Amino acid sequence: MDVVTPRTLDEALCLKAELPQARFLQGGTDVLVELNFDRSRPPALVNLNEVAELRGWSRENGALLLGAGLTYAEAMRGALADEMPALAEASRTVGSPQIRNRGTIGGNLGTASPAGDALPPLLAEGAVVLVASVRGERRIPLDAFLVGVKRNVLEPDEIIVSVRVEPSRAPQTFMKVGPRNAMVISVCSLALHADLARGELRAAFGSAAPTVRLVSAPLDARESFPDLVAGAASPIDDVRGTAAYRRHALRVLAGRALERCLA
Amino acid sequence: MKIALTVNGECRETEAWGGESLLYVLRERLGLLGSKNACEQGECGSCSVLLDGVLVCACLVLGAQADGHVVTTVEGLADGDRLHRVQEAYVQAGAVQCGFCTPGLVVATVDLLESNPSPSDDEIREALSGNLCRCTGYAKIFDAVHRAAMS
Ligand SMILES: Cc1cc2nc3c(=O)[nH]c(=O)nc-3n(C[C@H](O)[C@H](O)[C@H](O)COP(=O)(O)OP(=O)(O)OC[C@H]3O[C@@H](n4cnc5c(N)ncnc54)[C@H](O)[C@@H]3O)c2cc1C
Ligand code: FES
Ligand code: FES
Repeated sequence: MDVVTPRTLDEALCLKAELPQARFLQGGTDVLVELNFDRSRPPALVNLNEVAELRGWSRENGALLLGAGLTYAEAMRGALADEMPALAEASRTVGSPQIRNRGTIGGNLGTASPAGDALPPLLAEGAVVLVASVRGERRIPLDAFLVGVKRNVLEPDEIIVSVRVEPSRAPQTFMKVGPRNAMVISVCSLALHADLARGELRAAFGSAAPTVRLVSAPLDARESFPDLVAGAASPIDDVRGTAAYRRHALRVLAGRALERCLA
Repeated sequence: MKIALTVNGECRETEAWGGESLLYVLRERLGLLGSKNACEQGECGSCSVLLDGVLVCACLVLGAQADGHVVTTVEGLADGDRLHRVQEAYVQAGAVQCGFCTPGLVVATVDLLESNPSPSDDEIREALSGNLCRCTGYAKIFDAVHRAAMS
């Protein structure tokens, strides 16, 4: 297996155009598990760790650009945590310190698991995914980017560059159900944003449908909102929980999140 | 492929296969057997090392990603025969039974005390949540961390 390490975004795009079957590697917290257990054996890996353009986050005309290489540890602290509190809360629930130091939001989008914890808070904030290839750039709203269980719309030559969000600064929270606090894949999860400015409640939930899903309603629909959220789910029975439990848990989480945000 | 990294202050060069983890490189290529291999999926923390000063699971870093970078393993903590104060505290507190988890826990504890010199029990629980121990029941590990913080 070849490993190539581009130093710039342009170089990364050229390499991926030449080697469309190659796999990008950022934090490696998903890819290395697959390699270690021989679940995938791509012909080549493109190591993105040295591409400075993918790191950190920046401001752009009131919006935030979160680099694909932004780690959970970075999303948990400083000014970014103040601007995106639900994303910071979600980041705190990911894995362990070791995982949060390496795992990235770009990797979470690349894996596109319905249990991806960065996804609900980003979806509730109307995030747009910026992708690029040697052919040019695309801006894809997150709900259109995620198309199924571990499936997104990336073409083989495309890279995720960043995620653009216009922070609502709405009262918001993230909650996750799992058997313990550390190191759990969510049984279900929920980000709630009570957008007083727009008069809107927005909830995005994970692990209860093939993709993370968004539900919105007017602010005065507070009473019926937990039922609306539970009704929008299409969960399955699996080792982590039953469909009925997930639907129930989402209803409870939505109620609690409303209390927290509208106290 | 060839990779070159600084391990415990020493420049090391080695051949590696592309798909190898940093843990494999450390253990099998460089003979540093301190970092343990148990789950190879980020769950147990027994392979914890510092990569450019950041706590990571060596089993989830590709060896090639460490090329040109700086790694500290448990072997790099002691000063000759003098144990690091965290290692000393683990011994004194009786926080070591079979010892399999110990290198990872010691490295994670060093990392914790670097940023938080006197952590509370909750902070310790959070910082060490990525490290599993099958033997001690963790009580002695808390003692060891507090002991190291006070030493
Ligand atoms: C012990 C453990 C616990 C975990 N706990 C959680 C958890 O609680 N919640 C959670 O959501 N996840 C969890 N994960 C999964 C994982 O940490 C996350 O999905 C993380 O966000 C992956 O990021 P990464 O940078 O490590 O991705 P990588 O493994 O580097 O890549 C993941 C995928 O994204 C692709 N990719 C990466 N970067 C790009 C890019 N710029 N453009 C296009 N494609 C790209 C890769 O090709 C690959 O397909 C856990 C993993 C482990 C091992
Ligand atoms: S061997 Fe790396 S975390 Fe278990
Ligand atoms: S002492 Fe045996 S696993 Fe911790």
